[in-house]
Amino acid sequence: MSPVVEVRNVVKHFPVSRGFRGRGRKVLRAVDGVSFGVEKGETLGLVGESGCGKSTVGNLILGLLKPDGGRVLYRGEDLRALRGEERKRMRRNIQVVFQDPQSSLDPRMPIKKTVGYPLEVNGLAKGARAAERVEAMLEETGLRPEHMHRYPHELSGGQRQRIGIARALVVDPEFVVLDEPTSALDVSVQAQILNLLKNLQKRHGFSFLFVSHDLAVVRHASHRVAVMYLGRIVETASREDLFRNPLHPYTRALLAAVPRPGPKKPLGILGGDVPSPVNIPPGCRFHPRCPEAVEACSREEPAEVELGSGHGVSCRLYAPLQRRDMP
Amino acid sequence: MSEPLLSIENLSVRFFTYQGVVRALEGVSLHVEPGEVLGLVGETGCGKSVLARCVLRLVQDPPGRITGGRILFKGEDLLKASRKRLRQVRGNDISMIFQEPMTSLDPVFTVGNQMAEVVRLHQRVDRRTAAKICAGMLEQVRMPDPFAVLRKYPHELSGGMRQRVMIAMELSCNPALLVADEPTTALDVTVQAQVLAILDELTRKRGASVLFITHDLGVVAQLCNRATVMYAGRIVETAPVERLFDSPAHPYTKGLLEAVPTLEEDREELAAIPGMVPGLVEPPGGCRFHPRCGRVMPACSRRVPELFRVRPDHFVACHLYGAEA
Repeated sequence: MSPVVEVRNVVKHFPVSRGFRGRGRKVLRAVDGVSFGVEKGETLGLVGESGCGKSTVGNLILGLLKPDGGRVLYRGEDLRALRGEERKRMRRNIQVVFQDPQSSLDPRMPIKKTVGYPLEVNGLAKGARAAERVEAMLEETGLRPEHMHRYPHELSGGQRQRIGIARALVVDPEFVVLDEPTSALDVSVQAQILNLLKNLQKRHGFSFLFVSHDLAVVRHASHRVAVMYLGRIVETASREDLFRNPLHPYTRALLAAVPRPGPKKPLGILGGDVPSPVNIPPGCRFHPRCPEAVEACSREEPAEVELGSGHGVSCRLYAPLQRRDMP
Repeated sequence: MSEPLLSIENLSVRFFTYQGVVRALEGVSLHVEPGEVLGLVGETGCGKSVLARCVLRLVQDPPGRITGGRILFKGEDLLKASRKRLRQVRGNDISMIFQEPMTSLDPVFTVGNQMAEVVRLHQRVDRRTAAKICAGMLEQVRMPDPFAVLRKYPHELSGGMRQRVMIAMELSCNPALLVADEPTTALDVTVQAQVLAILDELTRKRGASVLFITHDLGVVAQLCNRATVMYAGRIVETAPVERLFDSPAHPYTKGLLEAVPTLEEDREELAAIPGMVPGLVEPPGGCRFHPRCGRVMPACSRRVPELFRVRPDHFVACHLYGAEA
């Protein structure tokens, strides 16, 4: 089966200082060669710490940013190659839900208009038919018809996030980027939203890219998980594999650092801070903080090793395993 | 049991706003033992930060007013203390760490400047000695190259380093009580683990007590000795953490624990608590949790449940427990 959305070796660099006559030019390498595909009805979780480039990947897929290299394919077609009406039709199929429902809703628009707007823009429905569609969508996201005439400030955080979801799904997209959809919510409300997203996916077969820094939330919400560090994916695996058998030293350190509600257990401490994406260490990006680093790690960037059943890891430790597996 | 270091009795706080009177805290009682880390958990708007600010009398009046109760620190009522006395208590005996270190540090002064100010306000030393004390403190929070950090401005440091500067500053005067309001919420997990380890080690070494405010149940489980759960301005449960996570008694605590996704178990559906946190202008009558509670009874909407002792160190405010249950 071909993936709904595929990202091939995409790169996004931001200039932070232009320098003087080419000297002192600095570039922030936000996304530095990322590839993955998301199948129909699947949720791919993208985890990483702040500044690792996970939200930039989402924005590249949405077309909000233009990649400096590589391609973003929707059903095998490069959206950037399309123009005009055709592009608009294709883009309708990729929608987004942002983290902060407060700042991503227009405070002066009643909910009916906010949720109905995508229908109008895409020429799908107008007037009474649009209102009908909006009402059905609100019901599906757990809101009541009377919410149509309310404004965002009259709603709670959880309700606002339901509006954000309704707005994204009202045009019946195939793929939705969920950018930290529950990070601004309290745990009791977060659980409601996570359940809602799962149920909607089951009913309609949406594909999701679930971007989050919360490992437990990603574990709950995803089928497959990709771990990012400084602009690169360091490990990809099915949810079960990744949490039961994490391979990359960074994934392990990340999991060990999460304080868990349960018996006391010392937290795994990873030394140092995430380096600035302006000054990415040579070789393996993780080597200055890696407990397993050897001298070679600072020289060569490790290639991705495929260990069967879709478990991929970019670390020298696993390079010999690859060779042995080969016929 | 020894005399508690901090004891809050029946504290009530209201905010007088255009929207009405916000009953932020109603009849809240808790205590912190010497050398203990007490976790204060709850969702947004439950009053946990207001409670923290009350301890140092940092609630702005108007609109806020402490309308009743006592805050006893080593037996002295801080609500009756003079401004002068409060200035002595703040920093010397009780100090506070806030959530966002960037907004608690002054962007136009160097780290060394700000740290030395605190030191020299409380101890009579000259500049050079103050700088040495500051560097020593930074070393204790495992800051690499402390003298270089003293010359830097806050914006030159990462979030984790800023929070370590804050901790070093707060601990510089050897306070008996540290009030930490979500000190790791703005940090990444790996940095959070570093900061929690430092806090744990330093408080252990100095025997200081901590009132640790957070919404993260995982942090409570790993760092605290006891925990108090708040809901809508009231305390619903207090217990030692092992007990709280093993056998929570209050339906809200149970619901909260079941609503959190974990790294261990696979649950297809999370047990969400229906509805949302109520507003505090017109909170529900009786038990404030009753409109969302799965085990609601007629008494719940009529009477406010008192804190009931289910075990010597485990208290619950719920009509399921108590004399008539």
